[in-house]
Amino acid sequence: MISSTIGIWNYWIVFLLMMIGLFLVIGRKNFLKKIVGLTIFQTSVFLLYITFGKIKGGTPPILNNAIETVYSNPLPHVLILTAIVVGVATTALGLSLVLRINSEYGSIEEDEISAQDLVDYHDQIETSKKIDTKFIQ
Amino acid sequence: MISELIINAFLVTVMLAIGIALLKTRTLIFTVVLTSAYSLVAALMFITLDAVDVAFTEASVGAGISTILFLAAMAYLPKEEEENINSQILPALTCILLGGILIWCSYDLPEIGLLSSPVHQHIVPDYILGSRDDIGIPNIVTSVLASYRGYDTFGETIVVFTAGVAVLVLLKNNTQTSKQKNKNSKRKVS
Repeated sequence: MISSTIGIWNYWIVFLLMMIGLFLVIGRKNFLKKIVGLTIFQTSVFLLYITFGKIKGGTPPILNNAIETVYSNPLPHVLILTAIVVGVATTALGLSLVLRINSEYGSIEEDEISAQDLVDYHDQIETSKKIDTKFIQ
Repeated sequence: MISELIINAFLVTVMLAIGIALLKTRTLIFTVVLTSAYSLVAALMFITLDAVDVAFTEASVGAGISTILFLAAMAYLPKEEEENINSQILPALTCILLGGILIWCSYDLPEIGLLSSPVHQHIVPDYILGSRDDIGIPNIVTSVLASYRGYDTFGETIVVFTAGVAVLVLLKNNTQTSKQKNKNSKRKVS
């Protein structure tokens, strides 16, 4: 019983971590928090993959001369190596977008930015009305 | 064998604790530091799960470089997260529902570390033999990364290059924005 619970304990916690990441992305309005959520989600997906590759009593997949060695599965390791590097590239791109938004709006909260956009929109409508009345007169 | 799994379960629980702390904190610098700690514990887990290459990549790239990027960005950003006005019930419900479904499905997943699970059957024995006989590199991960799945690595290089160019383009225009800031502040005053 205990061994079977421990056998899938990793999966449970990894799924909970994924949900924490997802909640940070969709539940929080701060853009930096959203990017942190993406990082958390990514790392938990990596954990899931590496967990699949583990073999009980296996060694790291580096060849040695001993007979009958069991190597853990190298294929998930390769996929995740690629994913880690791509993940950092994504983080850098997201952070530079946040910096750009901050210098444009002076805020990184989603609510404030959409409020400012609404104000801008109304300003535009009013100026266009003024131009219309000028033409009519 | 069982001790390995117990260490694993412990480390993954530490990661869950860090995740819950992340949900609670409102100071952004704590968030960044906690993310770094999270990556380091993940690197430890990768070592216990026999993925040594992934562990040192995660420790240097995930815990090192991305923390530096976050801290560098923090220098230009507000330091505190503001209180949410809207309710968070709908996102929380979505996450709880999805998490429940995933945990329910986890009963169908193979137990950790079984040699007979489907992942280990298909092509990996060929890779292990080929790494010794055809390629001659003792590290199997390296030979798969550079040879069998070389196109993946090539695509990854293209992605990183594109992201680098995009970051340069985005941050180049920062001189222009000071004017627009002035405009915005004037508009607010009027």
